[in-house]
Amino acid sequence: MGGWLGPEAWQAVALSLKVAFWATALSLPLGILAAHALARWRFPGRGLLNGLVHLPLILPPVVTGYLLLLVFGRQGAVGSWLHEVFGITLAFRWTGAALAAAIMGFPLMVRAIRLAIEAVDPGLEAAAATLGAGPMRVFATVTLPLAAPGVVAGAILSFAKAIGEFGATITFVSNIPGQTQTLPSAIYALLQVPGGEAAAGRLVVIAIVIAMAALMLSELVARRVARRVAGA
Amino acid sequence: MSLEVMVRHRVAGFQLQADFTAPAGLTVLFGPSGSGKSTLIDAVSGLIRPDHARIVADDRVLSDTEAGIFVPPHRRRLGHVFQTGRLFPHLSVRRNLTYGMRPGPADFDRVVRMLGIDHLLQRSPAGLSGGERSRVAIGRALLAQPRLILADEPLAALDEARKAEILPYFERLRDEALVPILYVSHSVPEVTRLATTVVALRAGRVIAQGSPAQVLGDGAMGDDAASIIGARVVRHHDDGLSELAAPSGPLWVPRTDAAPGQALRLRVGARDIVLSQGRPEGLSALNILPGRIAALRDAPDGSVMVTLQMGPDRLIARITRRSASAMRLAEGQDCHAILKSVAVQPSDIAPDRA
Repeated sequence: MGGWLGPEAWQAVALSLKVAFWATALSLPLGILAAHALARWRFPGRGLLNGLVHLPLILPPVVTGYLLLLVFGRQGAVGSWLHEVFGITLAFRWTGAALAAAIMGFPLMVRAIRLAIEAVDPGLEAAAATLGAGPMRVFATVTLPLAAPGVVAGAILSFAKAIGEFGATITFVSNIPGQTQTLPSAIYALLQVPGGEAAAGRLVVIAIVIAMAALMLSELVARRVARRVAGA
Repeated sequence: MSLEVMVRHRVAGFQLQADFTAPAGLTVLFGPSGSGKSTLIDAVSGLIRPDHARIVADDRVLSDTEAGIFVPPHRRRLGHVFQTGRLFPHLSVRRNLTYGMRPGPADFDRVVRMLGIDHLLQRSPAGLSGGERSRVAIGRALLAQPRLILADEPLAALDEARKAEILPYFERLRDEALVPILYVSHSVPEVTRLATTVVALRAGRVIAQGSPAQVLGDGAMGDDAASIIGARVVRHHDDGLSELAAPSGPLWVPRTDAAPGQALRLRVGARDIVLSQGRPEGLSALNILPGRIAALRDAPDGSVMVTLQMGPDRLIARITRRSASAMRLAEGQDCHAILKSVAVQPSDIAPDRA
């Protein structure tokens, strides 16, 4: 296998999966919180939060990557603090790639979850409250289980976006083989050198396989969850 | 247990301005749709926050906008039975029932047996019939050991057969005094069958409150005005009629299911009564009851409400002002009330306690 693809290419595939997994796993709780806030809470600054969440969807990815570099770079306000207090460095590391992927996938994740939460009948939440359930219990036992198909869909969307993220990632963490070179940046790098098309083509096949597998998995899981929620 | 409610609230289109007290027993909030009944019950539940409100259950203040008190719904301990049940679709019947369960007098086995839902426990709400869903919703509210049950038109979404299936459970709740009930309805038969107290609402205002006989006899009730009289089943006749003994004399009504000897409450619509000064002859109507005019009142809609005293019973007739003046009706006159048997519907007849 290593012969067909080459160790660097395998590294890129493995790194992409690792980045996408952590990006999705760590942003999911925040995504659920933001989606619930946007769907159900009334508070000042709700429009601002909505705009902020959607910003990465509209901004050119390279701008998002540059802003990340400004804020989370070694000299950046948050980046220098993270480095001094926790010894964490994000810029030019795979952890930074995960952060960039999480931020780029966040609007897609929040949108899917928010739609699912808005589709939950508020009457059921009211019924739970009259039965003595406080807001946290209502959320955990009624809202979240009924919105589960949307949560799954949001997570898969975010994962798929993370696998494919290129612009913000390459701006924020560059394209260092074995460190920050994800699947798309490896394809890009191969296409820059003469004779790299064959290797790039093989990576393209892998990208297609991962994308199809993620889609089919999401369909399967969403259908299962939907059936359980409908109680049929 | 008693509930005091004062609510002032702007709803789309009108001003809700209601004060009432619900004593122990079953209080029906009665009025046409759009009269503010559901808004009131949601205010009691804490599901809406009215502009001005003071709601006190026993001595516990649940809402008091003046004093800035608002107890959130999950701390009110009131069982809310919603019109469409609102069962949790992702939980089994058993887990719906136990969702808010607390230890108390309404224990699981007793409630499940009383409502006849033991065979449904493993099922999902999606597979239940309308009547089964209502019973599970009642059980779920009961098991939370509420201080008061709020029922928002629990029968409105059901057909007649299902209504007949659920009504007895509310009668049992009322008669076993498990818990007081505030019951929203626009149905006169439900008032006749269930109410110990009635609060009548029109366009956001309380127009009458008191016993069912008092409220239904009120001139402001218009087409819903009626008398409630007690009677006992004597025997069933072969020609499809049942003979009842009312304190004022025998009554014939269409065949009822009640056994001979059973005490009944009968609702007689005020507009179903014809008055005659002499005893009429050659009439198809079977019930001709002699009485004396106790009161004449002009109703707001231009008709006249005539109250007849017949022994211990009072019967109310709603007639036009023209008839009242043509007949020169006056208090103290003797008069006959004529009631067609078929005007008494099965839903007007309810078993009486005691």
